[in-house]
Amino acid sequence: MEFSRRETLALGLGAAVMTVLPFRVNASAEDRIAEFTGGADLADTGVELTAPEIAENGNTVPISVSAPGATAIMVLATGNPTPGVATFNFGPLAASQAAATRIRLAGTQDVVAIAKLADGSFAKASAAVKVTIGGCGG
Amino acid sequence: MNYKALTAIAVALALPLSAHADADDDTLVLNEEETLVTKTAAPAHLSDVMDEVMSGWHFRSDETQALQMDDFENPAMVFVDKAMDAWETAEGSEGKSCSSCHDEVDESMAGVRAVYPKWNETAGEVRTLATQINDCRENQMGAEPWKYTGGKMTAMEALISVQSRGMPVNVAIDGPAQSTWEQGKEMYYARTGQLELSCANCHEDSYGLMIRADHLSQGQINGFPTYRLKNAKLNNVHARFKGCVRDTRAETYKPGSSEFVALELYVASRGNGLAVEGPSVRN
Amino acid sequence: MASGVKPRVKVPKTAAAGEAVTIKTLISHQMESGQRKDKEGNVIPRSIINRFTCAFNGQMVADVTIEPAVSTNPYFQFEATVPEAGEFAFTWYDDDGSVYETSKAIKIA
Repeated sequence: MEFSRRETLALGLGAAVMTVLPFRVNASAEDRIAEFTGGADLADTGVELTAPEIAENGNTVPISVSAPGATAIMVLATGNPTPGVATFNFGPLAASQAAATRIRLAGTQDVVAIAKLADGSFAKASAAVKVTIGGCGG
Repeated sequence: MNYKALTAIAVALALPLSAHADADDDTLVLNEEETLVTKTAAPAHLSDVMDEVMSGWHFRSDETQALQMDDFENPAMVFVDKAMDAWETAEGSEGKSCSSCHDEVDESMAGVRAVYPKWNETAGEVRTLATQINDCRENQMGAEPWKYTGGKMTAMEALISVQSRGMPVNVAIDGPAQSTWEQGKEMYYARTGQLELSCANCHEDSYGLMIRADHLSQGQINGFPTYRLKNAKLNNVHARFKGCVRDTRAETYKPGSSEFVALELYVASRGNGLAVEGPSVRN
Repeated sequence: MASGVKPRVKVPKTAAAGEAVTIKTLISHQMESGQRKDKEGNVIPRSIINRFTCAFNGQMVADVTIEPAVSTNPYFQFEATVPEAGEFAFTWYDDDGSVYETSKAIKIA
């Protein structure tokens, strides 16, 4: 198979786009949010998401979420191959509507938390996490 | 582009180790109770090359450091629990468990990790903790040896390390162990692999610098076995050595080989005086 | 059942009636994401813990839906109200149908 100069250039560009794409917000994150909220508006306040600005290793990134009075909080990693992380549903004996866990991030991206608040409305918070790629695989 | 700029670019390319980010001054307090010695005066045999030895803990991010400060946050501790079950489980033709001979692990193994690798008079060689564990399995229990870098081995090493946490590393480098120690020292300073790097190039000459996005430590092993975020499991010293040697693009020695035993003794001795931390948490 | 799965939970031994207590849980599990390939290039099938629940005396504290982006050896921390003496029940559900359970009693001091 032979490629012209123009085709080769196009291939290179295509490859570059392919490389970048997985770390853009993928459409399925939007779908997951729509599924969770039924398309309702998202308030900017009511849920907090804590994540490190720089994660030493994307394999184990500590995060926590908190949304006083919420019934559920969904966490998404918008740049992962599949955006779903976890959904916390809080019962009557939850002393706070807050939780902490450790998650995998495939690269630098935004992590998003969507809370379903007590009044049935929804709120969103997001945090940008830079994931470093080490020098020593070891 | 002028000559100066070209030179600057050439220098930048030749030196991937550029940015400087010193070890931090945080204090490692375990379970809000016990302060561990993570920086101390270098042992006498290192006095010509450095003043202070530092745990790898100081080279990690605050988030990673926090994982080691609480025995529940530390994911390695679930493997310590598993090893505790193994300690009590009889295996092999002799129907014995570890506890058949060694009773309570917290009494019999206190201080053990701090002095390993150690000369074994009967065997006439320096042995690591893992070698000794497998010797027990084969010759006392009549059981199959564990894979040197396998999960059961690293978990047992972690359980035994916990019993010495906070005690100063104190491996003997003289007497019958001296020739092994000398061998290890020679290996430490020998350039190896296509990249022609010795242990010393990174961990003695360049600790505190960034190698790409990685913060180079002194390569101390007082925290081993260590739970690495990278592979989310416990890793023992020889598994880490293998990774380091491979990164120099050299053929590596085998975990458990006499070469790695010698290197472990030497590297352990560079941390004499630091607290045993194992199982630590690193990236 | 995935091999060697072991849960670990931290709950205070005592609490005042109505007090909020912090609970930490961890379970040893590979959490195979379904994204990795083996040496031959075949996709390693997904095998994760997909749900975790915590209840106290039969009443729900938290019910977590878990996806493959949760790290190996999943860890969760949250707070529970302790209205009376009783028992916390923790349950993890594996993709392969296995269920891992553990419980912790708490007294009123």
